[in-house]
Amino acid sequence: MKSPNKQQQIQKTTKSKVTGDNIFKILTTIIATSALIILLITGYTLVKGSIPVVQNFGVNFFFGQQWNPVEGREIYGILPYILGTLTTSGVALLIGVPLSLGIAIFLVEMAPKSLRVPISYIIELLAAVPSVIYGLWGLRVLRGWMVTYIETPLSKYLGWIPIFSGNPQGLDIFTAGVILAIMIIPTIASLSKEVLTAVPNSIREGAYSIGATKWEVTKRWVLSYGKSGIFAAIILGLGRAIGETMAVTMLIGNATGPSAMPTSLFQSGQTMASLIANGFTEATAGSLKYSTYLGVGLTLLIMSLVINVGAHLIMTRVFKVKGGAIEQ
Amino acid sequence: MTTTTTTITQEEQNNKHVTNDQTQQEIDQTAKMQAINVNVWFGQKHVLKSVNLTVKPNTVTAIIGPSGCGKSTFLRCFNRMHELAPNAKMTGKILLDCEDIYERKIDPVQIRRRVGMVFQKPNPFPTMSIYDNVAAGLKLTGTKNGKHLDDIVKRSLEQATLWDEVHEDLKKPGTSISGGQQQRLCIARAIALQPEVILMDEPCSALDPIATAKIEKLIIELKRNYAVVIVTHNMQQASRISDYTAFMYMGELIEFGETRQLFENPKVKLTENYITGAFG
Ligand SMILES: Nc1ncnc2c1ncn2[C@@H]1O[C@H](COP(=O)(O)OP(=O)(O)OP(=O)(O)O)[C@@H](O)[C@H]1O
Ligand SMILES: [Mg+2]
Repeated sequence: MKSPNKQQQIQKTTKSKVTGDNIFKILTTIIATSALIILLITGYTLVKGSIPVVQNFGVNFFFGQQWNPVEGREIYGILPYILGTLTTSGVALLIGVPLSLGIAIFLVEMAPKSLRVPISYIIELLAAVPSVIYGLWGLRVLRGWMVTYIETPLSKYLGWIPIFSGNPQGLDIFTAGVILAIMIIPTIASLSKEVLTAVPNSIREGAYSIGATKWEVTKRWVLSYGKSGIFAAIILGLGRAIGETMAVTMLIGNATGPSAMPTSLFQSGQTMASLIANGFTEATAGSLKYSTYLGVGLTLLIMSLVINVGAHLIMTRVFKVKGGAIEQ
Repeated sequence: MTTTTTTITQEEQNNKHVTNDQTQQEIDQTAKMQAINVNVWFGQKHVLKSVNLTVKPNTVTAIIGPSGCGKSTFLRCFNRMHELAPNAKMTGKILLDCEDIYERKIDPVQIRRRVGMVFQKPNPFPTMSIYDNVAAGLKLTGTKNGKHLDDIVKRSLEQATLWDEVHEDLKKPGTSISGGQQQRLCIARAIALQPEVILMDEPCSALDPIATAKIEKLIIELKRNYAVVIVTHNMQQASRISDYTAFMYMGELIEFGETRQLFENPKVKLTENYITGAFG
């Protein structure tokens, strides 16, 4: 007899709470749904717009290398730009991730407070610099440095390796990758810094108390604890690198056709984003070329989504399902 | 005029300290650890003032005193943990087997292996399994997975009276067990390195009475193999488990002696006031 009464009471209290929660729930649902709707509309526009080009070329649209806009003999294959995007982003991660992690580790684990605060601030400031400014700096300064100090020596001594072959001009995949690396460092470094700062000090102390050195504490405890957060930071950086347009367009050399295939780092290339930026406004609406750009846009969108969803899956499956227990 | 008087008093006090130190500065050959004339500053703040203490082998030494009097700071001098605070400065000596652990040639990492520590809040490593929590210290020195490591992990968990409760869940995260179990896991983690001394900073303050009773029993067991130094706020606890007790107040060691004597017949008025609860 007693328990139903109690249950009713509990239900009552939860009910009144739920109404409060409901307003919040409805609001968040509306916002989340509208974000999804915008994404769906964009997707729909891109899919619809790219149907002609896919119908025309089939899989060759994705796997072809030719680029011929001459009317009547038009042929569009976008493989070089897909690969260009992947290569420049890959270079950006290879250079940017170690540097960013180094910065984050230095700031959190080593630097005295008097250095930590100003350096963190400067790094966050770098994230606010418009990408066209990075492009200008890249053209005026970085390009010269790259040619003189990096590309020329590399091609001289390691030119027999295909990726270092060719005659470096500075407007190439490597330079674009380096500018991307510089652009994603603020993102990855400042997020990783937050992640490392959130590692409880009690963990560090526990590790020190069993005779770990500073480096061991950082490597085996701090980084291991922050693993999933750092992974998320890297994915955000990757997202930025894949979609970045302006600075890349200014530095990558904007090749088209088979010559845009990223066979060497010291070669002009093209990413999907830079391709669209370069040509979309000149294409007449309804033309096959116009449809091509929408198809490239769709491919870029899908690539970004796949990376994000994939990252999400890795986060939940790999990092969380094990309940945080990571075998060493 | 006033200033002069103060200076003189200060000097007198300093003199008093010096004589005091000299009488106590002799190295006690029977001590496992000995603090000689230890001073600690955090920035400008003088937190420990000429503290002397001996820790005998196979005993439990309790450190009591009001909050903020420097108990934790003092304890952390015994395994050089206080060095991790960026603004900490220390003078004086801490001897382990009559050898100063602050000598230049000595690596703090080695000291921390010989002098283990258990913290106020249980802090098992959340990214590691129960097994790896215990094995982590040995893995640092290159012990590989295998029977030998399994044995040490088992023995350490047994000594920490935790084995029966977790032996089926060794792969689960170290944070997946109760607070009291976590604290015993931390003790096992310290024991696994076979230290000579175990320092404990209020190891029961985050635990319920049952878990506390278990740990107290365990501490008395530990004394068979180790010297234990424990900071506690709980005077009953100090009198239950310790052989020697040190009473600290405002960064000074006021009285040190056998626990029984200190509680039943304190020599200093301040100690008496504290243990009778006249202030705190
Ligand atoms: N890292 C630090 N930086 C600056 N001051 C500190 C630091 N750690 C401790 N102190 C100061 O040193 C004094 C002694 O602190 P300590 O933690 O040793 O006290 P305690 O006796 O352990 O107190 P409680 O019983 O509350 O734990 C306090 O006044 C404290 O504010
Ligand atoms: Mg304390």
